[in-house]
Amino acid sequence: MAEAERTPGFATLAIHAGAKPDPTTGARATPIYQTTSFVFDDVDHAAALFGLQAFGNIYTRIGNPTCAVLEERIAALEGGTAGLAVASGHAAQVIVMHALMTPGDEFVASKKLYGGSINQFNHSYKNFGWNVAWADPDDLASFEKAVTPKTKCIFIESIANPGGVITDIEAISKIARKAGIPLIVDNTLATPYLCKPIDFGADIVVHSLTKFIGGHGNSIGGLIVDGGTFDWGASKGRYPMLSEPRPEYQGIVLHETFGNFAFAIACRVLGLRDLGPALSPFNAFLILTGTETLPLRMQRHCDNTLAVAQWLSKRPEVAWVSYPGLPGDKYHALAKKYAPKGSGAVFTFGLKGGYDAGVKLVSNVKLLSHLANIGDTRSLIIHPASTTHRQLSDAQKVQAGAGPDVVRLSIGLEDKDDIIADLEQGLKSK
Amino acid sequence: MPLLFVPGNRALPLRHWCFYGRRMKHEAYGDGYIRGILNTVKTIAMVGISPKENRPSYFAFKYLLERGYRMIPVNPGQAGKSILGQKVYAKLSDIPEPIDMVEIFRASEHVLPIVEEALTLKQKPAVIWMQLGVRNDEAARIAEAAGVKVVMNRCPKIEYGRLSSEISWMGVNSRTLSSKRPRTLGTGVQRMRLGPAAGSDNSG
Repeated sequence: MAEAERTPGFATLAIHAGAKPDPTTGARATPIYQTTSFVFDDVDHAAALFGLQAFGNIYTRIGNPTCAVLEERIAALEGGTAGLAVASGHAAQVIVMHALMTPGDEFVASKKLYGGSINQFNHSYKNFGWNVAWADPDDLASFEKAVTPKTKCIFIESIANPGGVITDIEAISKIARKAGIPLIVDNTLATPYLCKPIDFGADIVVHSLTKFIGGHGNSIGGLIVDGGTFDWGASKGRYPMLSEPRPEYQGIVLHETFGNFAFAIACRVLGLRDLGPALSPFNAFLILTGTETLPLRMQRHCDNTLAVAQWLSKRPEVAWVSYPGLPGDKYHALAKKYAPKGSGAVFTFGLKGGYDAGVKLVSNVKLLSHLANIGDTRSLIIHPASTTHRQLSDAQKVQAGAGPDVVRLSIGLEDKDDIIADLEQGLKSK
Repeated sequence: MPLLFVPGNRALPLRHWCFYGRRMKHEAYGDGYIRGILNTVKTIAMVGISPKENRPSYFAFKYLLERGYRMIPVNPGQAGKSILGQKVYAKLSDIPEPIDMVEIFRASEHVLPIVEEALTLKQKPAVIWMQLGVRNDEAARIAEAAGVKVVMNRCPKIEYGRLSSEISWMGVNSRTLSSKRPRTLGTGVQRMRLGPAAGSDNSG
């Protein structure tokens, strides 16, 4: 019955998944469908599209053919069932939560996260009545303790910002499974090249495409991947967007109609449709172009970063380096399990000269760019305590790995000797 | 409760599967197998179709009808009425024309008598197709023993959508890869043909 069909490799999928030559023109590269809307055949066709009875395009806020290629591309790379492109990683998080949470609900989140996510969870989500309970990824029991009957999901990062933390996805997925709730993994720093969280039990994966997937620092974007693994029907009423008849769509039950990609559909036709953070087709095109070289770029990122981390660990100005690729590192064993090809390009180190030394270094570098981003072809540097994590309390800063002496690097694709030379002159200059 | 994960399809509780002690052969279907079926069958009888416009069976019926299949609704409660312009029959043996495929939209425990009836038809259908979430190994066994192809736990709308690339517009992982230009169906906006498998003919 079942044919033995080849599964394409990662590099092949990175170029081809989701993309077929344009039916009308034969164009090979994905066209940029820079259009807001799409014509209908007749009123019945329109009704079928609006009612989700047909697959097709209506309006770029809800779906766009260029964005669709990106959605399938990333879903295929992650091993998921479907994807949804949105305007930013933050938007991806909001749309996911909007599909799962109602006012008064709780969710458990790892305290080792990108500062922007910490802010989003601590502040904006409060306006919706979504309450975060923080847990420590270094203490798995803290996740279990944080789960209450009101908990709807768990949120972690695979490789955590600002760097050097690998989360034990499999162990946390067991906690989520036991509680009957989905596990969401932000896989931005790893990308599916280094780690595929769905293989380790994640139910939903989110990305800031802005970073390594787009890879060139030119387009903001976000993506949600449906793992297709969560049984929405099993906990009846807990996730009404998935399991209850939807009044917005004449009473259809999304998980019955769309099977194992129902979550992605819910995010699109309920969340994205009503909240509106659509990805520009032009951004999708640029991000797709970047995705084609993802395996090449990520490997070079990792190789360069290991060289820089090794060099820094021998410097007299440096107190410590936190990079899982280094053999003595606290997370080295987890890195071997979850990201065997490399530990990514983002890591932190501490300067013996503290806060002031950190500020001086970021001012002195001439090749590395001082800015708030990660995952560019260009090497980047930032002092999180004075920038990305500034709005956190001192205690939260330290908890998040952004204490006063911490410098974060996102190593790019330049010749590694040039990166090292720039850091050297930066460390030595007054 | 233990869940069974079927690649490409949702997890279902173990009790929904009828094992009968056999090793399952229907975990995964090659695209060529599915494409061959959907490219070959012309007349499909859908047993268990609902007249309600928001039910998955109605969706699948409408979708396949629009793509040129001769669709025959079977539902004893709706016999004599019409759904989407097609006359509804009470049971398979009431249908006066030959059927290529029986599509079953009923719970797994109701499948066996339907398959047994299908196998008694004057012109046996070539395919028994059980909907997403529907699986009955005993029924599959007797159908296959009678030379009938079987598909279980799949939605023909989703499979057609996947293999024609239509589903890709919704960001769904079609799990296909081709450098060939997809062909439009020729009727309607955004309706695609199934197309041949890359580098092979239609029959797959």
